[in-house]
Amino acid sequence: MAKVADNMSKKAKSLLQWFDARLPVSSFWNAVMTGYYAPKNFNFWYYMGSLALLVLVIQIFSGILLTMHYKPSALEAFASVEYIMRDVEYGWLIRYMHTTGASFFFILIYLHMFRSLLYGSHKAPRELVWVFGMFLYVALMAEAFFGYILPWGQMSYWGAQVIINLFGALPTIGEPLTQWIRGDYFISDATLNRFFALHVIAVPLAILGLVLLHLVALRENGSNNPDGIEIKKNKDADGHPLDGIPFHPYYTVKDIFGVGMFLILFTFILFMWPEVGGMFLEHDNFVPADPLVTPVHIKPVWYFTPFYAILKAVPDKLLGVLTMGASVLVLFFLPWIDRSPVKSIRYRGLWYKVLLALFTIAFVRLGLLGMAEGTPAQTWEMRLWTLVYFMFFVLLFFMSPRGKTKPEPERVTH
Amino acid sequence: MSSDDVNKGRRRFLVATTSVVGGVGVGFAAVPFIKSWMPSAKAQAIGVPVEVNLLKLKQGQLLKVQWRGQTIGVLHRSAAMVDGLAKFGDQLVDPESKSAEQPAYIHGEPRALRPDFLVVNMHCTHLGCVPQMIPEVGPQPFDENWNGGFYCPCHKSKFDLSGRVFKGVPAPSNLRIPPYSFLDDNTLIIGVSPKGAV
Repeated sequence: MAKVADNMSKKAKSLLQWFDARLPVSSFWNAVMTGYYAPKNFNFWYYMGSLALLVLVIQIFSGILLTMHYKPSALEAFASVEYIMRDVEYGWLIRYMHTTGASFFFILIYLHMFRSLLYGSHKAPRELVWVFGMFLYVALMAEAFFGYILPWGQMSYWGAQVIINLFGALPTIGEPLTQWIRGDYFISDATLNRFFALHVIAVPLAILGLVLLHLVALRENGSNNPDGIEIKKNKDADGHPLDGIPFHPYYTVKDIFGVGMFLILFTFILFMWPEVGGMFLEHDNFVPADPLVTPVHIKPVWYFTPFYAILKAVPDKLLGVLTMGASVLVLFFLPWIDRSPVKSIRYRGLWYKVLLALFTIAFVRLGLLGMAEGTPAQTWEMRLWTLVYFMFFVLLFFMSPRGKTKPEPERVTH
Repeated sequence: MSSDDVNKGRRRFLVATTSVVGGVGVGFAAVPFIKSWMPSAKAQAIGVPVEVNLLKLKQGQLLKVQWRGQTIGVLHRSAAMVDGLAKFGDQLVDPESKSAEQPAYIHGEPRALRPDFLVVNMHCTHLGCVPQMIPEVGPQPFDENWNGGFYCPCHKSKFDLSGRVFKGVPAPSNLRIPPYSFLDDNTLIIGVSPKGAV
């Protein structure tokens, strides 16, 4: 038996050699996996990136299957989604995978971005990792928006109406620009058809390209860590960071454990509670699109509501749109707004903890207010939290070079 | 050829001119693809006027019809509704509809050819939702001093029963009035101006 196994492994080895002579299989594996040293003090927050990649795979996989049954036409779209839900074998499973995946994508990305605010992962030398990440986030928002139109329900239709008309607020070019986006004078079959093309091919290609750039830029300097210090400063005789461990097998195993825990939560929602009380799938979207009637309570899906609240807080059309745009745009510049000499929250002063806490509360409150009906008192609250949201960046810019810090350790801690 | 023989000035000139000409070429080549996103000839052709029979429209009733993909409201206003328009005055952004998008033959508070029939483009001038008509006077969840009018559920813009926007809401201007005229006493045609009017 031992001899047979030995023979087999010999054969496998020579097969690998055959490939290595023609394709850099081993050297690539070594460069990105076994020879790549990541900080040894990763914690819970470092699961989000690999899980987001998993969700991207789930979305592409379920999306391809949905495309085989869905019809991108204003006359047939709504019925084809119902057909998928009722008549296609396991169609309900594939569609719920896709809708649950969409919301989980945003949950993971928000946590992933929050991790950066905790440990300063956006700071030099990883500014480009953050910027590519922000482009990914915007691409993901576009992807979610286009996808949301496809079922052609009431919320699809009126959501598209509101979002496309945001561009109409721009002076002079606004109106022709909205016509160019819609391909018609109103949201119609032409709009649905092109959004389908953007959703299934154009934006996903952009996302894949950006993921590649995000990862290549990340690997250039290696991951940050909860202490926010550079592990490459302390190396052993072989040139490996003393505080680093090979990505494979250590972090592949850790990430697989994360995948297991994540899939338990993911499948629980998928099978038991896919609508999440109208949060993941809105009730009004189970009614076919009607251009004559706007639903009484119109709101975007939960992941857009913080920005929607900022839009609603400003009592002027153009200013509202610009403020909302600014709330996303400002994030791109975070690496240059945050001028603190230390990265991690562990070594920043109390002032940063207070600022970050207020910013987090503002974002969550805005999200909740964006879903609410909107009483005058709530409008004032939205204005307050919008102010807090922007003040975070202003105060961070001025306080970060001066604010108190604690000394960073030489080596990572646990 | 050794590198000393290279005429760097000429090389730079060639690279620069090739880039500029190539860039202009790419710009022109992009035109058809960008234009392909504009409304097609078919979409442009669907714009025929719509006739509305007013006989069945009771006082206080709102009828919604589609014209060029837009939702057009036809509201049969009672005398009380028309009289009520005068009281808003200073609460409105543009009480005389000076900056509103409307045909030249529409003017004054009623904003209509016949005060009893308001013909209005129902799309909110903020982001295009269709406001609800709430004609009842009295406190509403969104306004304690509601005097009757149109309320947009999307971003809480408020309009009176002539489609004039109230102050302090996101909508920047009054609801639009489409071109329309009366074929006879009981028939309205949307999309055709009265004879002789511009």
